[in-house]
Amino acid sequence: MALDLLPPIAAQIGQMILVILVAPLLIGVIRKTKARLLCRVGASIFQPYLDLWKLMVKEIVPAHNTSWIYRVAPYVVFSTTWVAAALVPTFATGLMFHGAADLVAIVGLLATARFALALAGMDVGTSFGGLGASREMMISALAEPAMLMVVFTLAMLAHTTHLAAIATFLAHQPIGLQLSLMLVFLTFIAVLLAENGRIPIDNPATHLELTMVHEAMILEYSGRHLAVIEAAAALKLVLYFSVFLCLFAPCGIVTSLESVPAILEGFVLYMAKLLLGGVALAIGETCVAKMRVFRVAEFLGAGLVLGLLAVLLLFASEGVR
Amino acid sequence: MTNLTFDISHFLAGGMLVLSFVILYQDRLSSLLNTFAMQATVLAAAVAWQAQVQHAPHLYVTAVIALVFKAAIIPAALRRIMVKLGIHREIEPVVGVGVTLLAGVGLAALSILLLYPVTADAQAFTREDLAFALAVVLLGLLTMITRHNAISQIIGFMSLENGLVLAATGANGMPLVVEISVAFSILIAFLIFGIFVFRMRERFDTVDIHALDRFRKGRA
Amino acid sequence: MSFAHLISVIGDNAIAGVLGIPLISILVLAFLPSYRAAAALNIAASFGSLIAALALFGADPFANDLFLIDSFNIYMIALNCFVAFTTSVFSASYIEHELETGRLTPPLMRFYHAMYQAMIGAMNLAFVSNDVGLMWVGVEIATLVTVMMVGLYRTPAAIEAAWKYFILGSVGIALAFFGTILVYLAAQGTLGEGLPALAWTRLQAAAGHFDPSLLSLAFVFFLVGYGTKVGIAPLHAWLPDAHAEGPTPISAVLSGLLLNVAMYALLRFKMILSANTEALHPGPIMITMGLASLFFAAFMLYKQQDIKRFFAYSSIEHMGIITFAFGMGGPLANLAGLMQMTMHSLTKSGIFFTVGHIAQAKNSQRFDDLRGLSVSHPHLAWGLAMGVIAICGLPPFGVFTSEFYVLSSAFDKAPFLTLLLALGLLIAFGAMLMRLQDVLFGTPSAVNHRDTASHIPLFVHFSLVLLAGVYLPKPLLHWFQQTAALLP
Repeated sequence: MALDLLPPIAAQIGQMILVILVAPLLIGVIRKTKARLLCRVGASIFQPYLDLWKLMVKEIVPAHNTSWIYRVAPYVVFSTTWVAAALVPTFATGLMFHGAADLVAIVGLLATARFALALAGMDVGTSFGGLGASREMMISALAEPAMLMVVFTLAMLAHTTHLAAIATFLAHQPIGLQLSLMLVFLTFIAVLLAENGRIPIDNPATHLELTMVHEAMILEYSGRHLAVIEAAAALKLVLYFSVFLCLFAPCGIVTSLESVPAILEGFVLYMAKLLLGGVALAIGETCVAKMRVFRVAEFLGAGLVLGLLAVLLLFASEGVR
Repeated sequence: MTNLTFDISHFLAGGMLVLSFVILYQDRLSSLLNTFAMQATVLAAAVAWQAQVQHAPHLYVTAVIALVFKAAIIPAALRRIMVKLGIHREIEPVVGVGVTLLAGVGLAALSILLLYPVTADAQAFTREDLAFALAVVLLGLLTMITRHNAISQIIGFMSLENGLVLAATGANGMPLVVEISVAFSILIAFLIFGIFVFRMRERFDTVDIHALDRFRKGRA
Repeated sequence: MSFAHLISVIGDNAIAGVLGIPLISILVLAFLPSYRAAAALNIAASFGSLIAALALFGADPFANDLFLIDSFNIYMIALNCFVAFTTSVFSASYIEHELETGRLTPPLMRFYHAMYQAMIGAMNLAFVSNDVGLMWVGVEIATLVTVMMVGLYRTPAAIEAAWKYFILGSVGIALAFFGTILVYLAAQGTLGEGLPALAWTRLQAAAGHFDPSLLSLAFVFFLVGYGTKVGIAPLHAWLPDAHAEGPTPISAVLSGLLLNVAMYALLRFKMILSANTEALHPGPIMITMGLASLFFAAFMLYKQQDIKRFFAYSSIEHMGIITFAFGMGGPLANLAGLMQMTMHSLTKSGIFFTVGHIAQAKNSQRFDDLRGLSVSHPHLAWGLAMGVIAICGLPPFGVFTSEFYVLSSAFDKAPFLTLLLALGLLIAFGAMLMRLQDVLFGTPSAVNHRDTASHIPLFVHFSLVLLAGVYLPKPLLHWFQQTAALLP
């Protein structure tokens, strides 16, 4: 009995550590690629680790007039994001938290993190904080339903909302030519960009723009708090990438934790896909310009409509089959 | 009918519907035109696929007409008109894109809910083609209603015609007479449109139908 | 070869006549440089079509998958060709004046005459076709041609009217086509694939086996689609503009004929629908829409400043009455509806002839500029007075008879609706009388051209309507009854 539980627990712990460790690396790869594309040398891909370490050891300078929300929020954000990341299968599906790895639960956990961060942004009381919080809420009001449309579509296909089960289904069942999946693919990319504050929605590399969203909320944070928030942001990106890989490139994911070589193979494949995704994101970000804030609603609205359409089309084809 | 056959027909018909939404979303005339041309191409593919599935070689004619006429000649001619009138980069105001798109989703859902119950006896691809075609028709209408520019209205109308052709080919063995007439009507429609656009230019130096409204207020 | 046999041979080839004569004349007229010759040829061709249409009466009823001859459509074709012929006579004198005043140029005249025949041919095609799709083609061509005719003057107002007509007309046409596909789908299971599944006669015979919900849905599409062409409220928005801005002969043909074509299509569908007991009952919908059109148009009449728009609203009103009558159903109401259709066609086109002359003589279409007509142009004043009295449904004109039939048939089934109908008629009557007084009496306005046009067509029309009101010949009445019995 205990022996049966051992591999899932080991895999679960292994993957939780893995996502934490790999998150700064992903950020580093993205930054390096972008720098290279702009003909700069750029910092080393391990620079984010150093940055985090530096922030960890620095003194905290809390803003005036802040309440306990301001101090608690970073930890809430980090822990919920980490739990969410723990639910997502990365290189293997047979995790201990398998039963809870529900897409809706993941969406809910991330919403909690966002809620905490927006509260913290308003708690500071500066105009930037409030501005960032309200914009974040506007974006999430569109991105979350769009994400739910993605979930619905996949649930209709696989008849489950369990991420691991969906990944297994998509990896092993012949699903034919699915227009809905293609639409959902686009919607998911739009959500991914919006949720992680990437170009064209938000610029992660700036602190000095009037249009910034994520950076505006955390403008007053420093030291350890800032480190935790940055780590959570990196973790969220890894999480979204992992979900993306699970859904749209599930090949090579390990479904049984029996043989060590298979697990290793799955692990290497996962890392390769993740870093490739990072490079692709960097290329994409270099090619497009940031949108005006007013256009964001349109962009995400279009993503939402595509998601709705995906559900509708799938419903239509299931209805006549 | 095998799964793949249905999947392809679903893919093409659904693709037309998606492109109808893209038409609704575009606010630049040239990209609007490109999207329409793409929709016509998908239509041609859908019709050709129906010809293959239904063993109805005469449908290939319709497909070729759609491809040559709607996907190539008409967009090219319209582009020429736009260049001639100097409006090819014009951005037109669209009535609230978000609201329009959501209304469009509503219409698409409506057409599925309307047609599925009544066509229970028909073949799967017919039911789907018909529902999607109605959605394309209604979205074409929506495009015509929400645009104020004569050329956008033309494109809305032709996208509506695309939907009609899709519906006609989806119905098994619909007589050829009708398809030719549809293709023919597009020709006539286009002629009329051409005349209109040029005459409007002559009169108002614009193809914005607001100019007509202004006139109208003056008269009343 | 006996005489009867000869008649039937001619009759059997008459379909070719009513379709072929307009087709050939389009080709000739498009290339004929002289507008006088073109106008003459237009009259001759219209006369030829009329002869062919009358010859149809000698034909045996027949139906194949594409064409159909029964007493219902013979009557419609004959009416169509007759009004087309008289309009062509009117048009010849009318259009010459337009050329003199420079509103039209010779190339446009060539276009006009060719399109006139195209319109007649398309309407005939819609009438003789037994194929739902072919009928749709006929209506569509007729619509597109009239769109071009409405925009003929190329004034901003004309272009706006044509544009509006085009947008609404094409929407209607698209929905009607979708309805056609649904009909095919409903019939396909019973009648097999291909042409038979779209033939009216076969559809009617087999309608009992069709899926009622599919048929009902198809009817909704038909009603909205062809209803737009009929101009029943709330689908009428194009109609007043199109009537007011196009050349007057086109207004006459639009009101007198094109609305009838669309109504004919609706009636054909109603015949199918009534053959299926489980399908939707179109009666209440048609009655509601009919009454709505009647009231809406009656009230709008008071607001109108333009004489052609005024009579366009009157057309909406009458289409409402006709829709009401056919919605009621039953032998008497159908008879009333058919008669009303005929009388309205004759009277309204006659009125438009008169209005065309008046507008040319006064160089305006606004009521304010038309005062004192009885002093300046007594003939036209008489014509207009006759026309308005007739269209109001006053005795002794034929419209009185048909409206009386409508009222009495409705009284049988729904007394309350009869009251509503009568009220609507009275409201419209008030507006008519008010405007007639405005135009006939008072001091003549400054502009008074001599009226040179031919008055024969309009007085022929009004005399026929008068004759129908005083004495309806036995064979004609019998034949009305026979056709009414065909309808549900």
